[in-house]
Amino acid sequence: MSSAGLTAAAMAAALRRGEVTPQELLADARAQVSRLDSSLNAFLALTDDLADRQAERATEMLRDDRLGAGPLCGIPVALKDVLCVEGYPTTAGSRILENFRPPYTATAVQRLIDAGAVPVGKTNCDEFAMGSSTENSAYGTVGNPWDVERVPGGSSGGSAAAVGAGMVPISYGTDTGGSIRQPASLCGVVGFKPTYGRVSRYGLIAFASSLDQVGPFAHSVEDAAVAYAVVAGNDPRDSTSVIDAVEDPLSALRDGVRGMRLGVPREYMGDGLEAGVRERVTEAIRVLEELGATVEEVSLPSTELGLSTYYIIAPAECSSNLARYDGVRFGMRVERPSLTETYLRTRDQGFGNEVKRRVMLGTYALSSGYYDAYYRRAQKVRTVIAREFDAVFETVDALVCPTSPKVAFTTGAIQDPVEMYLNDALTIPVNLAGLPGISLPCGFSDELPVGLQVIAPRLQDARVFRVAAAYEAATEWHRHRAPLVAA
Amino acid sequence: MPLDPEEVAHVALLARLGLDGEERRRMGADLDRILDHVSALQRADISDVPETAQVGALVNVWREDVPAGSLSQEQALANAPDTDGEYFKVGAIQE
Repeated sequence: MSSAGLTAAAMAAALRRGEVTPQELLADARAQVSRLDSSLNAFLALTDDLADRQAERATEMLRDDRLGAGPLCGIPVALKDVLCVEGYPTTAGSRILENFRPPYTATAVQRLIDAGAVPVGKTNCDEFAMGSSTENSAYGTVGNPWDVERVPGGSSGGSAAAVGAGMVPISYGTDTGGSIRQPASLCGVVGFKPTYGRVSRYGLIAFASSLDQVGPFAHSVEDAAVAYAVVAGNDPRDSTSVIDAVEDPLSALRDGVRGMRLGVPREYMGDGLEAGVRERVTEAIRVLEELGATVEEVSLPSTELGLSTYYIIAPAECSSNLARYDGVRFGMRVERPSLTETYLRTRDQGFGNEVKRRVMLGTYALSSGYYDAYYRRAQKVRTVIAREFDAVFETVDALVCPTSPKVAFTTGAIQDPVEMYLNDALTIPVNLAGLPGISLPCGFSDELPVGLQVIAPRLQDARVFRVAAAYEAATEWHRHRAPLVAA
Repeated sequence: MPLDPEEVAHVALLARLGLDGEERRRMGADLDRILDHVSALQRADISDVPETAQVGALVNVWREDVPAGSLSQEQALANAPDTDGEYFKVGAIQE
């Protein structure tokens, strides 16, 4: 029987009982990819040599107690194609990096390798992680495992779909404005965005450096906590990496929510929500109340400014970060007689529409005469938004709300850029304030998954897992698998 | 404030994006639409509010000044579109 769709915890237990080998788990993952990926397009490349080597290494680690095999040892994982793996193609979903092979490995990936995890391949994503549907990839759209005609969300759509389709039990993505939580919500899986700085950004292809954060996808809250713990922790190679020791995210997993104070931000339950999303999330909040939490309505008045703030700050940072793609040291080059012409043509042909839009917007917002009106002002509103979170966390322990205002939509259905940006309205403020947040399955609307978001104060990542685990333990939604998972 | 075509061309040059005529027109319309949305920022009360550039509490993170390994010349040149074996090669800088 195939292991497709099992949790990492179930696979790890089977490995330790000797019922399965890392090679067999890898073979199952590959079989699932080869059966489903012609319709899903979740993977951009398979890292076959690396996976084989790691499966062998895991076998040795599991055999010898002294090698300290951890919970991800022998577990197949997938990596969003913005995470560098030395010697393997890393495209960030862009033409401009089509033939790029990084000379070094991202810290998060290195920690997975050291832990004996088995990286199966690199997953599809919006170009440079800019998007909410994975339709901005230069390498084709990704199907949602629950309905392949619909988007998986984005920008980490390939990573979300890979877990949702039972190809791997754990994958990693990045979240700059919701790019882990929103696709997790749309694909019916768990997605966790850690406190900013908890996971090293070394070797992560930069989009917006003050917002980017690496995090996991999984079938369960416990798996997500384990997957987070393996990659978290200070890294001297990232100067924004948090120095304080990581609180064990598993420590409070069974503590429950009795006596906890949970806030529901009024602005997150507004008119923009689909009826089905509102109903499922309202029911989920009731479950937490029945489990003994005190639930109260709170207000984050500047929520509606989050999107505007983000769409100045993120493009400004990206316009600067993406200046490095100049066709000189790496990446694509379109040769022209003069260097300036070479820059212009290389970037015109190498970047897709959404990346160009954001580079233009960011360049404009940072340009002389507009800097104060846009960039400086957005940075101040960012402070206001962060302070409002600080204020509500004076009275509540965590916030619960929807992750995405809507369920998965049909590929191609949203053409207007601003309408697309609204998909992240409920996730963006969390990035602006640097907070930890999770999305976990809380039911279905029209047979499509709905996600519940839990948000906690900075560095209280363990509290996010505690609330999420309590909800999960009381419900069955996390056990549902998309019909295509079973052959 | 709608962007006129000259402004779009100016920003495109600053961003080193060689947009053609039709793309420039579409870009101008998209940017107008987005700037119209973000104009909400102009209504925010931000008097006496400091700017946030990053959310962590970290300031000036240094490491000890000890020599460490780095990429070899071969590794550094491995992804280059054009080299002469020792250096990156580009076209004429002077027009």
